[in-house]
Amino acid sequence: MTGESVATPEVKNRRRFLELLLGSSVVASIVSFFYPVLSYMIPPATQELAADTVQAGRVGDLRPNTGKIFRFGSKPALLILTNDGTYHATSAVCTHLNCTVQYRPDLNAVWCACHNGMYTVDGQNISGPPPRPLQGFEVAIQSGQIFVRRKSTT
Amino acid sequence: MLMRRKERAANLHSVIARLIVFCGILLFPALSVSGQTKNSCLDCHAKLDAPLGVTPEEYQGSIHAQKGITCVGCHGGDATKDDMLESMDVKAGFRGHLERSRIPSLCGKCHADAAYMRGYDPSLRTDQFSQYQTSVHGKLLAKGDTHVAVCADCHGAHGIHAPNDPRSSVYPTNVAQTCARCHADEAYMKLYKIPTTQSADYKASVHHQALADGDLSAPTCSTCHGSHGAAPPGVDSIQHVCSTCHLFQSQLFDSGPHKDVFAAMGLPGCITCHSNHGILAPTDAMIGTDKSAVCAKCHSEGEPAYATAAAVHRELVSLDNAIKRSDEILQRAGDAGIEVGEAQLALADGRDDLTKARVAIHSVQAAAVDQDIQAGLKVAQSTYQTGVQAMAELRFRREGLVVSLAAIGLVIFGLAFLIREIESKQKSDKEIMK
Amino acid sequence: MSPVPRFRKWLDERFGWDELLEFVHHKTVPEHSQSYWYFLGGMTLFLFITQVLTGILLLLYYRPSPDNAYESVQYIMAHVRFGWLIRSIHAWSANLMIFTAFAHMFSVFFLKAYRKPRELTWLSGMLLLFIVLGFGFSGYLLPWNMLSVFATKVGTDMAGQVPLAGHWILVFLRGGEDVTGATLTRFFGFHVAVLPGLATLLLLSHLLLVQRFGMSVPPRVEAAWRQNPSQRREIQFFPNFLLRELMAWYVALAILGALAAFKPWGLGTKADLFAPAPAGIRPEWYFMFMFQTLKLLPSKIGPIEGELLGLACFGLAGLLWTFLPFFDHGRGGRSSRWITGAGIFAAGYIIGMTVFGYLTK
Repeated sequence: MTGESVATPEVKNRRRFLELLLGSSVVASIVSFFYPVLSYMIPPATQELAADTVQAGRVGDLRPNTGKIFRFGSKPALLILTNDGTYHATSAVCTHLNCTVQYRPDLNAVWCACHNGMYTVDGQNISGPPPRPLQGFEVAIQSGQIFVRRKSTT
Repeated sequence: MLMRRKERAANLHSVIARLIVFCGILLFPALSVSGQTKNSCLDCHAKLDAPLGVTPEEYQGSIHAQKGITCVGCHGGDATKDDMLESMDVKAGFRGHLERSRIPSLCGKCHADAAYMRGYDPSLRTDQFSQYQTSVHGKLLAKGDTHVAVCADCHGAHGIHAPNDPRSSVYPTNVAQTCARCHADEAYMKLYKIPTTQSADYKASVHHQALADGDLSAPTCSTCHGSHGAAPPGVDSIQHVCSTCHLFQSQLFDSGPHKDVFAAMGLPGCITCHSNHGILAPTDAMIGTDKSAVCAKCHSEGEPAYATAAAVHRELVSLDNAIKRSDEILQRAGDAGIEVGEAQLALADGRDDLTKARVAIHSVQAAAVDQDIQAGLKVAQSTYQTGVQAMAELRFRREGLVVSLAAIGLVIFGLAFLIREIESKQKSDKEIMK
Repeated sequence: MSPVPRFRKWLDERFGWDELLEFVHHKTVPEHSQSYWYFLGGMTLFLFITQVLTGILLLLYYRPSPDNAYESVQYIMAHVRFGWLIRSIHAWSANLMIFTAFAHMFSVFFLKAYRKPRELTWLSGMLLLFIVLGFGFSGYLLPWNMLSVFATKVGTDMAGQVPLAGHWILVFLRGGEDVTGATLTRFFGFHVAVLPGLATLLLLSHLLLVQRFGMSVPPRVEAAWRQNPSQRREIQFFPNFLLRELMAWYVALAILGALAAFKPWGLGTKADLFAPAPAGIRPEWYFMFMFQTLKLLPSKIGPIEGELLGLACFGLAGLLWTFLPFFDHGRGGRSSRWITGAGIFAAGYIIGMTVFGYLTK
């Protein structure tokens, strides 16, 4: 039997089709493999900072005697610029029942709208239900950016 | 020898001066036994058993001893004499065992004298005795009842500590225990027909828990009843007392219909719903038409108030559930790897709204509660949408994978066919070789 | 000469590898009713290569300290493009690799491929199996979530039960008395440097030995072929077997992709060393049979602590299993049947205990 070694046009076509199919699908699989890998290696736009440091804003965002809420990890935090030009940063989670506190320019103090709790700008609980002070943070300014950090334990 | 008379006198003066100083140095230890001035009372009474015994630790730990006020300050007598007849001589001012009815005025002799107290601690109050005279204890004592509490019953007699000393029986965390000594004693209180459940009730309350958790400003017996002027607040003044801390609730209550109704009915303000001693953490179940709800205590079916109570309860529960639903979906998305931190933060606002709604309840007006509830529902809804989008992103990833799976599938088929081709060629080549 | 053969000639003049290629061209693989099992070894190798590649990619973003580990994995999952894919593939491929490693070992066991002259192949393979389990145990801690920290605590506690050396082993593994950040750093070192180094050396020797002696044929088939040489069937390694192997690898790739997409690996909650252990802590499935056994053993068996006896039995079984070729010469007979029976018992025990462990909360 010598039939199979002589390629008929149908066989030739089928083989070419198969080669094309295989070739292109190999290329497709390689692309679908390399594309994710190469994209992965490109660093994302959002820089991951250490879990202890967050950029809270830029110098000039706040007017004196105002405060703003920003995100620290998954919890709200409060950044205040007092009249004497110093920045203060504390957690904005009230130590009473976890409402979000705010800065009251008329009182020069931090206030919780839920049950009238009051704190100083550094988080000391001074009136109302809060049993403990607000967690305080350190503020550092670098190249016009305001960084808020967890207090170092040393 | 060549010294003149003047010089010799000067020499003598300096020698005598030096001698005096030298003797002084020798005698100094003996003279400066400060705080170790003779206390013959303690010398004997330390060796006696109760009720005449006073241990040195008890006495020396007390604030009076630290300030130099000894036994004779209250009991009179002469503490320098060892002989009993001399030290406990009436002529020396000895008062002996102090009658209960005379204790307040005795303590007041110093503690109500502002000029005198200024010499020890200018910031101390000096109105304790006058306050005591307005109290239930003071009034009954004046009538001759010696069962009631006098100064020594709460503060101790010999081992008195300053109230801000944790060892003191009137330190904030110890006050309830001190009051309970009499007020939880059924046999003792039978005389006055006062219940004795207050101590047990208070121990179960949120206020006690807050105090135990370290918040020294949390209320204890004396916070609401007064300490020296102790008396139960009248029905009219209960709201004033509670509102010193719970201001918002009080203001809302004033703005609502309950204020006048409660006053007209003689109901005791806040404690009508919250109780006085056993104040528990409030729950959403307190509002509504259920048996356990406080509204049902007065309102029955058919009344408009009944419908309001039911509606408010429904709204609270709906917001609570909406928040829980958002939280759950955001958790799931976050766990699967989608960034949902912003939405979780926004959800905190929704929780704030629920907290505020629970305060707004005190106005007993559905509209006030509704305002907070609607705000909260909006937040819950938008965060839920974010969660839904996050899950959709997950699905999108899966769909993307299907594309590459399709490519892989094609490769597998291609390989299978290639193998078939090659092997049939190999077989036919082998046949040719044969 | 056309370009491809000319390039090949250029390479051969500088590498001298035409001999090697000749070897590959002539290499054959036996074909018989049991020959499908041959794919398992290559499958394990493929999954190992996947682990190395995805592991290297994860290394670009992972940070091995308690303050950063969880957050860096979260960052990979949520921010890095296709990070979720790489991470899930790494996690799933780890599990699949351990499964195929066990399956490969059992298939070699039941087909008696460890007979002379392949004893050292078996030995290197067993060591590789232990290393693979070590990879699984060390890697599991790296995301630093509650489950991983407490599972590590339980696992190292068990290691500390070994008599005499137990405490030293525990301190060595944990980098201290307790599971802390020091443990994380250490496990990271094991996972990305020590174990890969050892694995590479053993893998190379394992593969070289396999090439040297070719694929073993089960005793019965071998006997049949010896009687009837014409029955012997072999297929060419290149391209026939290789193409089939490639197909199998692509199937594995598809499975990994599907798992990563439809059952992505979760993050869990960040580990809090001071919190109480979460309820229902248990190790990953590949340690479940040991864990379940130790749970079931009574606290005291005679004068010995139950747990200690259990660990001793597992240790002894592991030791005997590793040196198996020196007990079973594979020439048939009663001892051979006993060993097959023991193998069936072992496989059944492992599967049964694993299932049991999952059924009971």
